[in-house]
Parts: sequence; C-alpha cells; structure tokens
Amino acid sequence: MQFMLLFSRQGKLRLQKWYVPLSDKERKKISRDLVQTILARKPKMCSFLEWRDLKIVYKRYASLYFCCAVEDQDNELITLEIIHRYVELLDKYFGSVCELDIIFNFEKAYFILDEFLLGGEAQETSKKNVLKAIEQADLLQEVHSVLLQFSAL
Amino acid sequence: MPAVSKGDGMRGLAVFISDIRNCKSKEAEIKRINKELANIRSKFKGDKALDGYSKKKYVCKLLFIFLLGHDIDFGHMEAVNLLSSNKYTEKQIGYLFISVLVNSNSELIRLINNAIKNDLSSRNPTFMCLALHCIANVGSREMAEAFASEIPRILVAGDTMDSVKQSAALCLLRLYKTSPDLVLMGEWTSRVVHLLNDQHMGVVTAAISLITCLSQKNPDEFKTCVSLAVSRLSRIVSSASTDLQDYTYYFVPAPWLSCKLLRLLQCYPPPEDGAVKGRLVECLETILNKAQEPPKSKKVQHSNAKNAILFEAISLIIHYDSEPNLLVRACNQLGQFLQHRETNLRYLALESMCTLASSEFSHEAVKTHIETVINALKTERDVSVRQRAADLLYAMCDRSNAKQIVAEMLSYLETADYSIREEMVLKVAILAEKYAVDYSWYVDTILNLIRIAGDYVSEEVWYRVIQIVINRDDVQGYAAKTVFEALQAPACHENMVKVGGYILGEFGNLIAGDPRSSPLVQFNLLHSKFHLCSVPTRALLLSAYIKFINLFPETKATIQEVLRCDSQIRNSDVELQQRAVEYLKLSSIASTDVLATVLEEMPPFPERESSILAKLKKKKGPGAVSVTELDDGKREAGELNGGGDRGPDTASTPSPSADLLGIRSAAPVGAAQTNAVAVISHFHSYPFIPYLSCCLSASIPALFCGLSLHPCPVLWPPSSAPPSEDPAPPLSEADELLNKFVCKNNGVLFENQLLQIGIKSEYRQNLGRMYLFYGNKTSVQFASFTTTVSCPGELHKPVEPLVEGGAQIQQVLNIECITDFSDAPLLNIKFSRYGGALQNLTLKLPVTINKFFQPTEMSSSDFFQRWKQLSQPQQEAQKIFKANHSMDTEVLKAKLLGLGTALLDNIDPNPENYVCAGVIQTKSQQIGCLLRLEPNAQAQMYRLTLRCSKDTVSKRLCELLAQQF
Repeated sequence: MQFMLLFSRQGKLRLQKWYVPLSDKERKKISRDLVQTILARKPKMCSFLEWRDLKIVYKRYASLYFCCAVEDQDNELITLEIIHRYVELLDKYFGSVCELDIIFNFEKAYFILDEFLLGGEAQETSKKNVLKAIEQADLLQEVHSVLLQFSAL
Repeated sequence: MPAVSKGDGMRGLAVFISDIRNCKSKEAEIKRINKELANIRSKFKGDKALDGYSKKKYVCKLLFIFLLGHDIDFGHMEAVNLLSSNKYTEKQIGYLFISVLVNSNSELIRLINNAIKNDLSSRNPTFMCLALHCIANVGSREMAEAFASEIPRILVAGDTMDSVKQSAALCLLRLYKTSPDLVLMGEWTSRVVHLLNDQHMGVVTAAISLITCLSQKNPDEFKTCVSLAVSRLSRIVSSASTDLQDYTYYFVPAPWLSCKLLRLLQCYPPPEDGAVKGRLVECLETILNKAQEPPKSKKVQHSNAKNAILFEAISLIIHYDSEPNLLVRACNQLGQFLQHRETNLRYLALESMCTLASSEFSHEAVKTHIETVINALKTERDVSVRQRAADLLYAMCDRSNAKQIVAEMLSYLETADYSIREEMVLKVAILAEKYAVDYSWYVDTILNLIRIAGDYVSEEVWYRVIQIVINRDDVQGYAAKTVFEALQAPACHENMVKVGGYILGEFGNLIAGDPRSSPLVQFNLLHSKFHLCSVPTRALLLSAYIKFINLFPETKATIQEVLRCDSQIRNSDVELQQRAVEYLKLSSIASTDVLATVLEEMPPFPERESSILAKLKKKKGPGAVSVTELDDGKREAGELNGGGDRGPDTASTPSPSADLLGIRSAAPVGAAQTNAVAVISHFHSYPFIPYLSCCLSASIPALFCGLSLHPCPVLWPPSSAPPSEDPAPPLSEADELLNKFVCKNNGVLFENQLLQIGIKSEYRQNLGRMYLFYGNKTSVQFASFTTTVSCPGELHKPVEPLVEGGAQIQQVLNIECITDFSDAPLLNIKFSRYGGALQNLTLKLPVTINKFFQPTEMSSSDFFQRWKQLSQPQQEAQKIFKANHSMDTEVLKAKLLGLGTALLDNIDPNPENYVCAGVIQTKSQQIGCLLRLEPNAQAQMYRLTLRCSKDTVSKRLCELLAQQF
C-alpha cells in the first residue's frame, strides 16, 4: 500500500498515512486530486478505480471516506477488507466510532493504524491482538498517572 | 471501552480543536492557529522549563495544526526530547510527531537515531515496538544506515516477543524498499524463510510481506519458501472456519495470510517437486470449490474475503499458465462473476479475464462470454467498469468474432466517455486491420471511425489506412468510391478530407468513369473543403491538385486558375505559397511525359509493423516497437536515399553495412548526374504528403532544391602509399573522451601537441551526420594524413582518406543506426610529420546509442503505465553511484536534455527526481526507453534506473549515464 487517506464528505482530510517518501507539496496535490475524484463518484459505483499508476480502493462509512492506494499487483478485495478491519478496530476502541472521535483523538487513530498496518503491509490482522496492544499502552499511561498522583501526595 | 476519557486526556488540546471547529471562516481559523503558534513558540522559548505533560500537549497541538495543512517549522527539538522521556505517552507522542513530520535535518536525525537505539536496546517490548514503528514510518536512508544490520538480529532472535518480531519484519521491509543496498540478509536468509512456519499467525502475516519482497529480488536465495508456503496454505485452506480463532474473518480462515501466500507463490514458476505441486493444485481446487459453496454469512465482508482469496488463486493459475483444467475452471468462475449484482465483482472479473484471454488454454473459454461483455459495455453505469469491458473485448478478439466486436466498439464510440475515446479508436483501428479478411470492410471501418470520432483519430490511424490502400490494388477503387461518398456529407472531419485528398489524388481515376464522380466533380468536392482546413491539410490538397492535373488533363485549366489566384500564390504561409507557385510552374512548363513521371503513382510502402500498434503500445507502454512513423517525408532527401528502403540506391554509395552501425561516406557529387531518386524537399515540413518519385531531368532542376547528398570534402587525392602500419589500439583515455560527448554533440574530441580534433554532429531519427575538424597545431605539414573509421567487430569500412596540408580540414561522416549497439566506432588517424615518425592513434568516435533518441512527451499516467509494462527484470538496469559532478538542478537538466530524451515534469511524485522518456530510432526497430534519476543531495549519491524495451539498451544506457553525473 502506498498511502491511506481518511476524509469527510466535505473533503476535509481527517487522517493521512504515507508509506512512500513524497514531498509535502506532492502529498497535498495527491490528496486534493484524489479527494475530488472520489467525491465526484456516485454512491453505487465500483469501489476500485485506476488512478495514475495506482489502484485506488475506497469505501464510505457514514460521513467518512476511507481510501487506500495500492500497487498494480495488489488485491483490491482484500484491501477493501483492510479498510473494514480498521473501521472495526476504531469502532471497538472508541465504542461506535464517529467522525468526531477521530478528530479529537487523532493521535489514537494513528496509534491504532500503526499496530494494524506497518510500512503499508498488514502487521497484525487479529482484532484482539491489536486492541490488546493499544490497551496495554493505555494501561501504561494510567500507571503513570497513578504514580504521578502518588508522587504529588 | 471509552478510552477517550482514560488516563491523561489533554484538555488543552481538546479545547483548541473545539475552537478550530467553531471557526466560522478560513480567516478566523488561520487567526486562531497563528495565536496558538505564537503561544506555543513563547512557551518553548520561555525561561521556565516545561514539564513533560505540557511539552507533549504542545507538540500534539503542533501536529494537529500540521495535519490541518499548515506548515510547521519548529517544535522538532521538543519532540525529540519527548523521545527520551520514560513516560510512555510522552514518548509515543514524540514518535508520532517525528513519524508525521520527517525532516532530513541531519543534526536531528542523529538525536532521533540515538533515542531509537536506546529504545531498541531497552528490552521493553512496547518501547521497542514504538521505535520500530518510527523507523518503518520514516524509512530514511540515515535510519537504514544506522539500523539495517541490527533489525534482522531482532527479527530472528529466539527471545524476541512476537509483537516485536512482527514490527521488525515490516520495518526491515520498509528499509529494504528505500535502501536495498544496506539491507544484507545473507546469513539470516534461512531463518527468515522459516518464519513461515512460526506458531504465531501474526508473525507469519508480517514476515511473509518481507519474504515476498526479498524473493522478488533474489528468487534463488529464497526459493525454499515455496514448499513452506504451500504447506502453510494447505493447512489454512483445509482448516475449519473456527480453527484459527481470531485470525478467522467473517468465517473465512486467515484471508490476509492466504492472499499473501498465493502472492508469494507468484514470484516463482510452478513447483518442480511433484508432491509439492500436487498439494498446491489441491489447494487451488479447494479454493475454486469453496466459491461454489453457499455463503456462510450474508455479510459482504464474508464474500469479499472469500473472493479476495479466489482472485489471488486465479492470478496464480494464470501466472503458471500450465494447468488447462484450472484455467478453464477459473474462466467459468469469472464468467459467473460477470453477471454478479456486485459492481466490484463484475469489475474484477472483467479485469482478471483480460489476462486469461491471452492464454492459449483459456482463450476459447473466455470467448464464450462475449455477449455478456458486450452487454457490460452498453449498460454498465460506471465508466471504469465499461473501460474494463472494452479492454476485455479487445483482448478476446480474433478472426472469428472480429466483425462483431469491431461493430460493437464502433457503436459504443458514439457515446463513449471522452477520456477513453482515443484509446478506443486505436483499438478499433488495430482490430480492423489485424482481422481484415476483405479490405473493403477495413476501409469502411476506418472511414466510419473518422466519421464518428474524427477528433480522436490520430495521424497514425489515417496514415495507416493510406499505406494499406496504396499497397493493395484490389481495394483502391472501392476506397476511392467510399471516400468520395463520405466527403459528400455536409460537415466532414478534416481527417476525412486528408484521406480523401490523398486517395483521390492517387486513385481518383478509378471512379472517374461514373459521371457522378467525374474528375471535375471530384475536384470541386475536394476544393469545397479547402477553405475550412488547416494549413497542413491545404498543403496536402494542393499536392492532390497537381496529381489531378496529371491524372485528368481536362482539369488542368480549372486547377491552374485556382493555383493562380492570389489567395494561393500570395498566401502568407510560405509553404502554401511555394507549393502553389511551383505546382503552377510545373504544370505549365513540363511536358506531359515529364509530368507523368514526376507525378507517378506512389510506389508501395515497404511492409512494416502497423504504426497504430506502435501508438497503442506507446499509450499502453512500449514493447519492441519497430515502426517508422511514416514521417519519412520529414527526412532530408539524401538521408532518405541513404536509408535505402525506397528506390534504388545511389550508384556509388556503398551499400549500408548489414548490421550494427553502418558508417559510410556519402555519395560523391557525381551522383546527381546518375539517376538519383530524390524527393521534392518542399514537402519536408509536412508528414506524408505524396512523394513525387521522379527522375531528375535537366529541364526542371531549378524546381528541386535541397538534394542533400553530402560529399566528403576530399581535399587531396587519397595518398598513393597509405601508411601500412596496423591501426593502433584505442587510446587509454578513449572511453573517457567518449563519455564527454554523451550529453552533447559538439566540442573538442581530442587534443595533443600536434593535433586537435573538433566535432560537430547532428542527429535525426536513425541518421546522423558528423563533421570532424582536424587542426594542425604545428607549423609544418602533415603528410599522408589518413583517417579510417571502423565499427568494432563488424564491417570495416574505410572513409575517404584525407591528406592534410595546412590549418584545418573537415571531414563529414554520414551515420545510420541499423540496430542498437554498445561499442562505439573507432576512428584511426595516421599521418607523418615532415621528418618525424609516423603518428598512429585511435579514438572512439562519440557515437553512442542515445544520439538516436527522439524525445517523447507523455502524461504521468502514460509514463507509469509504460513503466509498469517494462517490468521484466532484464528490461531494467539500475545503478547507484556517487556524484562525480555538481548536483545543481540546472546542470542536471541540461545534461538530461542533452541526452536526447524528453525531460518530463510532474511525473515523479518526488519533485527532486528526474524522469525522462524517449524512443531510440534504429533502422530495424524503435526502442522505447524510460529513465529515472533520483539524486540524494545529502549522500551525494544518485540512483539511476532505466527501463527499455530491449535489455541490451537498458544496460548500455545505464553504463553510459552513470559516468555523466
């Protein structure tokens, strides 16, 4: 996978993850072009399209579009399910996730994505294992705050 | 699990985000952001040391601002500080900031690398994972240098936690992708391959991506993975849906891993071991069988996951292309999908069937779905699906169904989306030609094409129809009649006028018997379009008119009158004016015999590959393109003669060398007295105007300008006793001298105390002319000055020997590139100074393959499509090398332009990189070449990648160019 973008129906980027080195300018251009292309498509259309030399796989969940750019030999359907699994992870973590959760907790959205995909490839597809890793991190955070409270005493 | 409220949610951050969301306008948002930036700046600069929490909060705000699309130019140092915090969340935010806002600031990279090193050696798996994620996200060369040797150790160590192994595998993959030279697997290879056997499915899932990438690059070293992959796949495929617990996704066991395993197997040919192969075929059959089973869930996720595996299995079956039974089953399965209610499946089935159509085993099976595919072309609502349907129709076309498919494609063209029309036109034109049984059908099809989609009919298409009509006399009368009828439409496309002008000018006589298409009617019809046409078309029409004068003497007066009118003879366009003047003169002074000879019917074209096929290849990516683009008209007369592919060769020109680079002296001036076949040079600026094949006769020489047969300036008769010594071996610096001329055409090739050799050269298509200037730097005469040019390993052909007298003499070499080559021709020079010893030196003539480049402009999508199509390993040559010269952008651009290719902007996602495209023109073929140069200013290195349709060319260009930068 070359990159993943999350954007709203209004075209606002909510999350962007780039797995290939690109300049900031180029990233902005790609996001702009692609968001436009996808928003212009009708709801019943196919989830795949050829775009430049890439295959784009996208799906809309409520007000958010999830969009991945994969290479020619990559499998479109499994990429579609990568998107779905990521949505499931967010949903489980936030408890029926909505766009606002991702806006206000963008850092968590990134952390969860890093546990699931790394360098553009699936790292861990088990929902339990990914969430366990994130929970552990949250736990570490809590331990710290508890310790902090202790030291304040 | 409402983690949001957990731990230390950053209240300040939430408030800030709310503020931004409440901003009513863009201006208000920018104002709020600037206020926040000022605040953060003052906090970071303030005297009071910030605690970790505040630092984290502010870094996080900066990150948010950056993600909104604003530039952030500070805070990096604070983020780096967070990395060494022992609090997990602070560290985590620090890493996130670094991952998102990578900055190649070398000072910082050192600090970051230090922090990463500490975390990697911390033995704390959560910290290790964070560090590995950061490396994988940034993936810079500096990081590869620092960690590429450490990570394989972590990956295979027995005591590494599973989660760390997973991160390590993918981290290594990322580094391998950015800096393959730094990731050396060597001793780790076998242990990495054995990760396929790991107990933990997550480890296998992560490791297999790494193994696949490494296998693509080093298939031999990793080939043991095949049997391991097959047995792993077999276990998954045969497992019940509950066996794999959380790795089962909507009742499908391990879909991601299955797809990756099938993908890995596509790096290799079918297993040789019978048992392994048997097991694999069994797996593939099971996968195909499962597709027929009723779904275990109604959820789309279930069917998607299941079908993802199915499509990947079909890809593998097509890749093997050796199991007819499986191929046909795959085809039937795809056939079912063609009518599925899910658009996604229809799209993928069309796409996948396209590759099946090219297999001899399944071609027939694919053809049975023709009606469904035609229906898809007509009824699909999504243009991307229709495009796939058109591709598939093209792929499944053969003699048996060509008429049907071409008719369907033509009728689709009338309503087709603009974005795909040109490609459709090319496809129709190719199919019509390829499967034409009777040529009247072909002519009808192409004229229909021009009628329906004239704007999208490229030059190549109408050139081609003319080539075919000229070469086949059974269709000429029909073509004349049909085009005459087509021209009668009130509005017809200019391309139709071009074809009409050409064909009626050649074959109008074949229909002149019918009073409805008498010569004058034909002429008036053509001339009624004249004023609506562009200059090149008018020029063509003028040539058609002069041909009419020859074909139908009764039209002479009318046509002369047209030519004589001010709008022709005083036309502001020089080309039109010249034609009008010259044709008028020609028609009034030449005798009928001379006219008949000058304006004779065009000779047949040499058989060659279709120029439209080449065009499509160019659009879709080159293969071995071997086409003349029919713009011979652009060539100069002398060159055309020299090409030897039309008309008799000039008498005294030695025949071109059969192979390699034919270098020969041009014919002496005397050739003009022999029956030189020449072309009227005023046609040059427009392609494909009828060449008037004519004999030069003394009565009209003034009309013909530019008979450009360049003689060698023989300054002195060849020395009667040329030095008999063998030519010296090339100078040791010959290669270096040659390299100076790769990107330029003029300059001093060689200089010593005695002699200076300057070079001026020009190239066009596969031909070139080189002027050599020999300067005598001494005050005494050189005697017996001879030069000999030879092509290494091939034909040795002496050039006219020269004897030098005084200051500087000139020699001209005409060059023709017959086929691609690596070795430069040698130039041997011998002379003796008065009283001195015989000088004997050999240089390499700076004739390199890139001189025959024609630049090719193309869009980004074209570029990448072609790039992909040149993906066979031997077509690519790559070199990574240190910069030898300035890395200044302007200098680089000048060099790349000098190379002869087109330098393409806005193609490479990274604007630092350079991307070029060109076609090398040799006599026998055209070779498409794509180039990518990636400078790394920091490391003072380059990576150069070449992909050409011919592997020897990739290699040679890569060698040549690596010396240039």
